[in-house]
Amino acid sequence: MTAMIDITSAKKTFTMHLQGGVELPVVRGVSFQVEPGECVVLSGPSGAGKSSILKMIFGNYRCDGGRIGIRHQGMVIDLATAEPRQVLSVRRTTIGYVSQFLRAVPRVATIDVVAEPLIANGIARAEARERAGALLRRLNIPERLWALPPSTFSGGEQQRVNIARGFISDLPILLLDEPTASLDAANRAVVVELIEQKKRQRVAMVAIVHDDEIRHLIADRIVDVTSFAAAA
Amino acid sequence: MAEPQDPMQDDQPLLVAEHLGKNYGRLTACRDVSFALYPGEVLAVVGESGSGKSTLLQLLSAQLAPSAGRVSYRMRDGVLRDLARLGEAERRFLFRTDWGYVHQDAAQGLRMAVSAGANVGERLMAVGWNHYGRIRDAASSWLERVEIDTARIDDAPRTYSGGMRQRLQIARNLVTEPRLVFMDEPTGGLDVSVQARLLDLMRNLVSELGLAAIVVTHDLAVARLLSHRVMVMKGGRVIETGLTDQVLDDPREPYTQLLVSSILPA
Repeated sequence: MTAMIDITSAKKTFTMHLQGGVELPVVRGVSFQVEPGECVVLSGPSGAGKSSILKMIFGNYRCDGGRIGIRHQGMVIDLATAEPRQVLSVRRTTIGYVSQFLRAVPRVATIDVVAEPLIANGIARAEARERAGALLRRLNIPERLWALPPSTFSGGEQQRVNIARGFISDLPILLLDEPTASLDAANRAVVVELIEQKKRQRVAMVAIVHDDEIRHLIADRIVDVTSFAAAA
Repeated sequence: MAEPQDPMQDDQPLLVAEHLGKNYGRLTACRDVSFALYPGEVLAVVGESGSGKSTLLQLLSAQLAPSAGRVSYRMRDGVLRDLARLGEAERRFLFRTDWGYVHQDAAQGLRMAVSAGANVGERLMAVGWNHYGRIRDAASSWLERVEIDTARIDDAPRTYSGGMRQRLQIARNLVTEPRLVFMDEPTGGLDVSVQARLLDLMRNLVSELGLAAIVVTHDLAVARLLSHRVMVMKGGRVIETGLTDQVLDDPREPYTQLLVSSILPA
């Protein structure tokens, strides 16, 4: 396969044991591919399972059936059946994920939150911080905030920190869950630029964006998730 | 600082538990636990009081003899050895050098009446360091790393706050550059703000030193922050295991769902 992501008949159901074992089907028959340098946008109404699919590709949600093939270090790994160690390795060197909300350790400075993925991949602290600073500046986070933990920031600022953390690595796959949701027009434009840049670097991306204008700007292809809706 | 190392790429497990069990008379504290821990990997063992997680930690760290199964550890020569068959010298090497053990109650892991510097230096002397100046320098640099004012180096830990004691205990354990650290409720009994600082510190040290760790905790937030992988225990058995964020965000077993849903939102 040349695709970076190759999903075939992936399926997800939640079993809610605290609610008497109710089965909550989320998606089934999820099948699509993402090529290097391509941005696929998932579309569909809220609750259709877009975020769940993204989380399955990141290995955050377990997959109950089918296959999630990821090109990782020259091999294809099926995340639906991978060992925890393999999933961690995939996350370190192949898949980045920009979640909707920042989940940071309480006391860590913003600049270190952003630099951390680079340091985890063996890049020297000084260089990692320099790159983190450049990205924060580009996303209009004023330098006086860099030494503070992001937990005190506004929603939009936290999201930009989250975006910086997600975009800083040179990973070949990037998953974006509403990266522009609480940003103003200027910062939305920066994110669109960052996505363009990743495309030029042949990064394969899967994104969720509700804003039609942004979707139009970044999407190479749209995958409608409603066709994967699991019959209740 | 952080070397371009990736201990988790190591393909040989550091510690292997096979069908481990412990009975106290007719009471089963721990039953059929099997897993492999790799270098640089942090495993959290979660579950409520009485679930068997502390017994498991004692079995894994050779403080308790198993009733069934075995624990093997890869010694520095690369050979995996059954802990029950180690010689006295090898056991001493593990306890004094290659392993650390962080107790919930710092008073159990520290000598409360001797100075902080001596608490850290003692482990170095046990492995043959004998130059007072170098021992003191190492102790002082470790106090700095765990954010203890070096002006307090000659004070005994009984004059320290709970959070400082816990940080001192960590310094004492890490000074010999162990490859594996056992932690039993390391943030238990501390104020929330003190916990956050300690967790952040432990997280950094573990990743900078490429340490493997087994952390027993009933606090899922601790598991989320520190660990790569989690084992959920109930009634002495492991009922669910997997990547930490996977188990916490997509719990499968009824008991795990109950644990996760019982966290009070801050």
